[in-house]
Amino acid sequence: MNRVLVAEDLYLLRDGLVHLLQAHGFEVVAAVESGPELLKGLLELRPDVSIVDVRLPPTFTDEGLQASLEARKKVPGLPILVLSQHVEQLYARELLADGSGGIGYLLKDRVFNAEQFIDAVRRVAAGGTAMDPEVISKLLASNAKNEPLAALTPREREVLEQMAEGRSNAAISQRLYLSESAVAKHTASIFGKLGLAPSDDDNRRVLAVLAYLNSR
Amino acid sequence: MVRQIGYILALLGLVIVELLTIVSSFASLVLAFGLGMVFLFPPQVRMIRRVTGLTRRLVNASAGVSIEPPYLPEPPPPQPQADGLYRSHRTLYKTPRVPAWNDRWRWMMTDPATWRDALWLTLDPFVKVLLLPLFVLLPGRGLRVYGLWCATLLGATASSRMAGQISSLNRARNLAVDTQAAEMRRIERDLHDGTQARLVALGMTIGAAEQLMESDPRAAKALMAKAREASAETLTELRRVIRGIHPPVLAERGLGDAVRALAMDSALKVSVQVDLPHRPEAPVEAAAYFAVSELLANAARHGGAESVEIDISSSRANLLITVTDDGWGGADPAKGSGLAGIERRLAAFDGVMAISSPPGGPTTVTMELPRVLPAHWAGDLPKLPRWKMITVVSLWATAWCPLFPQGIVAGVFKAIDFDEKAWFLALHLPEPWQWPCIVFMILLGTAMYLAAVVIPAQDRDNPSAVRPAARTVIRCT
Repeated sequence: MNRVLVAEDLYLLRDGLVHLLQAHGFEVVAAVESGPELLKGLLELRPDVSIVDVRLPPTFTDEGLQASLEARKKVPGLPILVLSQHVEQLYARELLADGSGGIGYLLKDRVFNAEQFIDAVRRVAAGGTAMDPEVISKLLASNAKNEPLAALTPREREVLEQMAEGRSNAAISQRLYLSESAVAKHTASIFGKLGLAPSDDDNRRVLAVLAYLNSR
Repeated sequence: MVRQIGYILALLGLVIVELLTIVSSFASLVLAFGLGMVFLFPPQVRMIRRVTGLTRRLVNASAGVSIEPPYLPEPPPPQPQADGLYRSHRTLYKTPRVPAWNDRWRWMMTDPATWRDALWLTLDPFVKVLLLPLFVLLPGRGLRVYGLWCATLLGATASSRMAGQISSLNRARNLAVDTQAAEMRRIERDLHDGTQARLVALGMTIGAAEQLMESDPRAAKALMAKAREASAETLTELRRVIRGIHPPVLAERGLGDAVRALAMDSALKVSVQVDLPHRPEAPVEAAAYFAVSELLANAARHGGAESVEIDISSSRANLLITVTDDGWGGADPAKGSGLAGIERRLAAFDGVMAISSPPGGPTTVTMELPRVLPAHWAGDLPKLPRWKMITVVSLWATAWCPLFPQGIVAGVFKAIDFDEKAWFLALHLPEPWQWPCIVFMILLGTAMYLAAVVIPAQDRDNPSAVRPAARTVIRCT
């Protein structure tokens, strides 16, 4: 359950990621540095989770993103965590478009906080999602004039943000210093206000929220 | 007819003005160059130019001969140096008056059009007198001949056109360089005040933590956490600077997706239509992107708009961008610096911007960047339909047969009464049909060659033959 592939063209960062992952008990099956190598590795090794930089050689455009989308088209739900120096709603939508979980999209800065980063890697490996807070805040900002969203209380908004980033009820309760039952109450209220069907499954719930925000 | 006579009378009446101008020109030439009263020269030149300008307008209205003014563009007002003085050659002046006068003097003296005007002015009364009979007998023809005479001396020459073009290119280049320099200064300021300062603070925090490491590990740990936060902030700052230089999505995906990303980040409802089969050059993409970005920001900030439509398309090698919003309207480039900035950015590519913004809206801004796309783009190469292609090829392949052997050679054989009939169809026919058959063959061959040339040429002029590019429409509302 812990086989990881790392795709990053800068040696220092690649090395750092490999060390970080190994220190947390992951087995790094491959560390590649270009788009074609990445696609080959994804399809042949089928790692439990892959950590992919968006910009990779040879074109230094969005090679990593394209390889990830390509691989997930062939292997639906292949867990991939995409890292980038900048986050774009456009890319987030493309990654989420297939509606299956096991996807993450984070700023490279998030690696600074090793615990949270490893938590995100685990979540993606388990078929969940990990969206960067910046993506979520941009999503919410562009939905600012949306009626049902404006009707949320500030607390519900906070919970919604945490949920959209991909956290489970338990994780949200920890982060916001709330009891788990209070979080459950908030999420039920949010789903009611947004008109979404309630679901017990954490991952499916998160995807529903993201799909809702993206549907604008 | 009545109008023509009216024009002729006006032109003849102008002779009086011309004669007065000749007298005053002669006087001021003598005074300016003989007695050194040079200040008389520029007003005199302006006076002559007014007369020639009037003549150009009259000729255009009466005979339809449009005459382009050949004058070099007026020199720009002198710019002060850093110390506030104005330089003209090797002399410095406190006020711009003398340098401006020097520039004007040089501009008028060195322009060949000034002296061609003078020549025209001296000869014109004689020409009018010579043309008088024609004016009376055939007014239309007379006006036309007079128009041609004026066009030869008052029109633009190849070199004056070139000079005009060079000076407008110069202006565009200066603008581009200035814009570039201003951008560089902005980036330098951003990096200096933001990123660099933050990195200094970061280094100091880490240094302090290093010192406390042994004496007070707990405080050192707190400082390290602070340093980590500071480095994250620095990265955010740096990301903002990079976005201002060249947005990453633009580099990664090109204009279409970059504008879509922009649309998604905007709080307005933005629909984007992009119809570009390939990516333009990077500088063009950047100019177009920043123009759209500025317009979108304007619509949100000043325009009170709720929805915006962006359309990016190509017409041959021209890039066309239209941004329409449903705001209050009343946008004016003279008021805000944003629109003027876009114009400056586009000027480097000879681009133009048209704004339609009636009070009450909607505001439509259309931008066109001419000849910035590769010329071989999408349907710019005329592609013949297959059946036309086959026809043309078979025409080229077979047209020689009726024209040469069956037509010309058979004709020669017939003319010299050669005995051999060979495979020449005409010679096997009965006597009375032989010449008509030869003539028919020559005509047929010529017609086939003509058709082979005309069919592709016609297709090129026909715009419907241009292959329509696939239109990708993405709405993000």
